[in-house]
Amino acid sequence: MSSDQNDVGRRDFLMVAAGSFAAVGGAAALWPLIDQMNPDASAKALASVEVDLAPIKDGQAITIMWRGKPVFIRKRTAQEIAAAEEVDVNDLPDPQSDSARVEKPEWLVLIGICTHLGCIPRGQAAGDLHGDFGGWFCPCHGSHYDTSGRIRKGPAPRNLEVPPYAFVTDSKIKIG
Amino acid sequence: MSDHSSSYVPSNGFTRWLDERLPVLRMMHGQFIDFPTPRNLNYFWTFGGILTFCLMVQLITGIILAMHFVAHGDHAFQSVEHIMRDVNWGDLIRYTHAVGASMFFLAAYIHMFRGLYYGSYKSPREILWILGVMIILVMIITAFMGYSLPWGQMSFWAVTVITNLFTAIPFVGESITQWIWGGYSVGDPTLNRLFSLHYLFPFVIAALVGLHIWALHVVGSNNPTGVEVKTEKDTVSFFPFYIIKDGFAVIMFALLFAWFVFYAPNYLGHSDNFIEANPLQTPQHIVPEWYFLPFYAILRAIPDKLFGVIAMILAICVLFVIPWLDTSRIRSVRYRPLYKPFFWLFVITCLALGYLGAKAPEGYYLLASRIFTAYYFIHFLVVMPVVGLYETPKEVPDSIADSVLGKEATSETAQ
Repeated sequence: MSSDQNDVGRRDFLMVAAGSFAAVGGAAALWPLIDQMNPDASAKALASVEVDLAPIKDGQAITIMWRGKPVFIRKRTAQEIAAAEEVDVNDLPDPQSDSARVEKPEWLVLIGICTHLGCIPRGQAAGDLHGDFGGWFCPCHGSHYDTSGRIRKGPAPRNLEVPPYAFVTDSKIKIG
Repeated sequence: MSDHSSSYVPSNGFTRWLDERLPVLRMMHGQFIDFPTPRNLNYFWTFGGILTFCLMVQLITGIILAMHFVAHGDHAFQSVEHIMRDVNWGDLIRYTHAVGASMFFLAAYIHMFRGLYYGSYKSPREILWILGVMIILVMIITAFMGYSLPWGQMSFWAVTVITNLFTAIPFVGESITQWIWGGYSVGDPTLNRLFSLHYLFPFVIAALVGLHIWALHVVGSNNPTGVEVKTEKDTVSFFPFYIIKDGFAVIMFALLFAWFVFYAPNYLGHSDNFIEANPLQTPQHIVPEWYFLPFYAILRAIPDKLFGVIAMILAICVLFVIPWLDTSRIRSVRYRPLYKPFFWLFVITCLALGYLGAKAPEGYYLLASRIFTAYYFIHFLVVMPVVGLYETPKEVPDSIADSVLGKEATSETAQ
């Protein structure tokens, strides 16, 4: 009798142990099948770029590629800086002061992807529309960004993202 | 229905031998030859056959296209041009596949409205209906992935906009989106996985269609009166009656199909897709293919990103529960005087949303798309439950035979 009960206890233990082992093994086998879809090392290796800012003139903007995404770099004029700084931060859909979005006031660096559904806003080329606030305008669903890349009007929920970057020298930045 | 006894008699020694080992011919005979089918089905019931035809066309042309297509960010666009210009009959096969997607959705939407009008989703056909909704969901995903493969401007930016919908998910949205992309933006890895899944999903659809037909043959077809089959008099055998009728409808449908393929193959497409994908420039005006426009209108009607995405998904998923939202005791709208105008208002709503989905979401267009989006959901969540409770239906015929032959005729034959 008692050895029978011992058997039951042992069997339960074996069942639970085998079950957990199978579950953990299954999950461990599943992970590579899921993780293979994530960005791989070769994609991550392209994760930083250096940009020379010396040739950019006042009021000029350039677009470079970083991680397959366009990055907008704009050397802002004094009026553009003033326009970005005098806005009352509390009136903005995504409140953020201009100084929190730049390292140096004349250099604005942004990921050029609309935070609504990923289109590329216009406003980089000389003849482009700049929207109602002098910055960028997204043609897909009509979002307007100001001279600090902040969302002012339209469906986008957030300001244009500022990528991580640092000044390597006075006229060179490293993004990423 | 499915348990009706097949009248199959093996005709020779081989089929007798086979029948004792794998009665597949007996099954086919029972389901597609002498299967009892309501005698009063109208042409709206031919769209099941038409859809089977569409699925076959897409599978055959698609497998051929995959022999010539290169799923690589640098070569996909060129390989599609190669199919169009160099491959023997390549332009015909590709146009058939592209137009075929539109024809597939056209037939599927008519099939769904047929089900809604005649109450084909009501008990005991809930599972049959749910399988149908699953099929349309997988079709939507498959068609979207297929549209991305030519890697033109519209392909690229459609993928960008749609995958960005996942960024609306709180907290993990960004990581999920990068997982889908296989990078930090839409690129070569994204194209490859879309191709792999675009090849897989049609077989998932085929499996679901198998279950859909199985479920149909368990409970039997609904019919325009919505009255269940009661006696043998209410039915005719599937062959020759409905094989011939479905066959004729498929030929008529194929005429329309062929007209598009031969005379207007690009009419349903978008000219921006003749420009190779450029990750640095978004086209001036992004629109999805016509069959997604109503859902796109719903997405844009809602000012909040997350809720817009949720509403768009719910617009399809609400169909899963309508067997329980409809409180009417009878099926067919033919006998539902109070519900009938609401049904047609719903049809107009879907068409209007389709129109608005192609317009810029501004001013009156935006206002209209909000009103129609509201009605889309009100129809299912309010009208369907409430009208069914208060409506006095018209007199429903006693049987299918009665509705076709008149009461006297059937009582005479009964004597």
